[in-house]
Amino acid sequence: MLNILQQYWWVIVSLLGALLVFLMFVQGGQSLLFGTVKSKEEKTLLVNALGHKWELTFTTLVTFGGAIFASFPLYYSTSFGGAYWLWMTILFLFVIQAVSYEFRSKAGNFLGAKTYETFLFLNGMFGTILIGVAVGTFFTGGAFIMNKSSITNTLQPTISYWTNNYHGLEAITVPFNMLMGIVVYFAARTLGLLYIIMQIDFEPLAKKAKNQIKITGPAFVLAFVALLLSLFTMTGYHVNPENGFISAVRYKYLFNMTELIWPFIMLFTGVILVIGGLANTLFGKGKGSFYITGAGVVLAVWSLLICAAFNNTAFFVSTVDIQNSLTLQNSSSSEFTLKVMAYASLMVPFVFAYIVYVWRAMTKVKMSNEDLLKPDTHKY
Amino acid sequence: MFFGWNKVSKNAHLISTWLVAIGTNLSALWILVANAWMQYPVGMAFNPDSARNEMVDFWAVLFSPVAINKFIHTVTNGYVLASIVVIGISAWYLLHKREEEFARKSIKTSAVFGLVSLLVLIWSGDGSSVQVAKKQPMKLAAMEGLYKGQKGTPIIVAGILNPGKSVKDIADNPIKYESEDAFVFKISIPQGLSLLVDRKTNTFVPGIEDILKGGYTYLDKDGIPKIAPPIEERMAKGKLAVEGLALYQKARLAGDEEGKGLAYSQLMDNFDHFGYGYIEKPTDVIPNVPLTFYAFHIMIMLGIYFLLFFIITLYMEKKAIISKHRWFLYLAIISIPLVYICSQAGWVVAEVGRQPWTIQDLLPVGAAVSGVDPGAVRTTILLFFILFTALLIAELGIIFKVIKKGPGA
Repeated sequence: MLNILQQYWWVIVSLLGALLVFLMFVQGGQSLLFGTVKSKEEKTLLVNALGHKWELTFTTLVTFGGAIFASFPLYYSTSFGGAYWLWMTILFLFVIQAVSYEFRSKAGNFLGAKTYETFLFLNGMFGTILIGVAVGTFFTGGAFIMNKSSITNTLQPTISYWTNNYHGLEAITVPFNMLMGIVVYFAARTLGLLYIIMQIDFEPLAKKAKNQIKITGPAFVLAFVALLLSLFTMTGYHVNPENGFISAVRYKYLFNMTELIWPFIMLFTGVILVIGGLANTLFGKGKGSFYITGAGVVLAVWSLLICAAFNNTAFFVSTVDIQNSLTLQNSSSSEFTLKVMAYASLMVPFVFAYIVYVWRAMTKVKMSNEDLLKPDTHKY
Repeated sequence: MFFGWNKVSKNAHLISTWLVAIGTNLSALWILVANAWMQYPVGMAFNPDSARNEMVDFWAVLFSPVAINKFIHTVTNGYVLASIVVIGISAWYLLHKREEEFARKSIKTSAVFGLVSLLVLIWSGDGSSVQVAKKQPMKLAAMEGLYKGQKGTPIIVAGILNPGKSVKDIADNPIKYESEDAFVFKISIPQGLSLLVDRKTNTFVPGIEDILKGGYTYLDKDGIPKIAPPIEERMAKGKLAVEGLALYQKARLAGDEEGKGLAYSQLMDNFDHFGYGYIEKPTDVIPNVPLTFYAFHIMIMLGIYFLLFFIITLYMEKKAIISKHRWFLYLAIISIPLVYICSQAGWVVAEVGRQPWTIQDLLPVGAAVSGVDPGAVRTTILLFFILFTALLIAELGIIFKVIKKGPGA
């Protein structure tokens, strides 16, 4: 039963991670604030169109973190306490995003609209890349030591600690992590452009977005292909379910895909949907491209995250001592806790239905300058 | 809620608004349940195989008396805070002879809501003090600056602690410690603390020294009278518990079932003292007394002030004389920072008063920290301080502008 619950929660955490990458179209849109989107009018339209959705991305990030904290607390404490500066940088980038939407257009905002736009841009650029880098560590690991018996050493009771002083910043120098960061950035930017085309009723901006996507879309696909090639040729770490012994296996993630099959089907479908969605925009009328591409991103990311831990794979490898690596078995909450959480997760479809209802209500009409001039409009 | 006007039906919008209100309160519930569990760990069992406490009874965690009190106390504190802020802003309008009808209606509604919330707040605060006396006696002693307990312990209404009396001297300089009075000045009510925490005038309330030395009678979690052990004994038992866990893990790895059983008994027989195994010297279990004492008394005094403030507000509102008394309007504005101070003082009591424990009696903060070095933590705090100060200035700037514009803008 515990095994099933651990897998159930990893599937949910992975889904939340995948939904987060999709919802980071908000960050992708923000990354256009300097360069592509120039006039004040365009910036206001963009910020407001994204502003209707930013909280959903933010709460998904928090839910993703919260779900990991509750279901795999040892990963949470090891990664957040160890890769401290990586996560702190991400945290600061998201703090400045949250306030920027609320403060940007308000009188008396002290720092001026331009500062908040810069905050949004920084969040859009580096928030996406660094989240990608952090996700990359699910495959490349980190320099930590983990020993549950440490608690009996009253002089050094910390269960897991990082072994270098960079505290996670070194993850940026790992090519695979950086590639993951670039993929997440391009995914967010591509979806951000598709969102603009779908949601903003302002021809000059839509035209710019359509031009931009001719470069960003293919760049995303190429970077993703490079990521897959890198992932499928890299060494992963197998955990023996009988005794927990961890050993290196070449092409582990490729084997995970081929042995489990269903994540491969998800990945394949995801890639087809992404390419289809982009082709629809580049060569067709583009109707529904945002959702088609978004669904593709969700499926692809979901399948990759599932492969990070399923099929007896260590999902957070210790580069110091692979026997200290984290697995679904050694890092999860107790069976009772996971069961209580599983009951609570039955509420999720209702929350999801509410989100879908509200999303539809808010996106059924494109946003225009006239909308922002209405007296009862909440303006960012 | 913000964007829904004209996009969803009125009913859907109303439901959304209610969901926001319910959601925020529910969010507070779970956070406070987690906090209460750290102050009074229930519904869990220690699993020596995973070397951690694991939940075994969800409902015991959710409905722990500490959790219930804490939730009601914190949420009603939020309601009182909101009421005072609304009254203060409304008073500003009245001072400037603007939005007068709107301001008076806001004052009336907020004063009623605030008074009712405050009464519940006081009731839950009383409940909290009873819980603290039972579960965190050291915190109560620090809150009251109580060094030596007695039967029929008085309660301090107001006082100034003697800075010359230091708990460190209990071990380092006992003669100096004994010669110093606890207070430079104090106003107290005889037997008040005993009455407050046990509803009896002659109950013995242990002071800091009593808790260190042990020997007084207390009721354990099953309500059975027990003699409190000295902290040194708890430290020794704590070390046995930690050693028991180490031996258990060693035996488990060696496949030694008999050794495992013996080690398990050693661990569980001493488990209630587990956290004391990490304590270096007895005085380490004493929180910062002046900070806890002053925070507690500032909170209480401000709480009494707000009670009077709401009553006067309602009286003046009923007589329709609020606008005529400019002193009251100024007082209402000054009350806004005071209510924030009151609220923060309460959290200082809750969190400083429970030191050194992350989880009461089971895990001191020294054993709960991550491996991040202090320099990194200092840098982070500095960055937070700079960023959040800038954002606070921005937030206040925006709020003041919105207030100046008025509700019609």
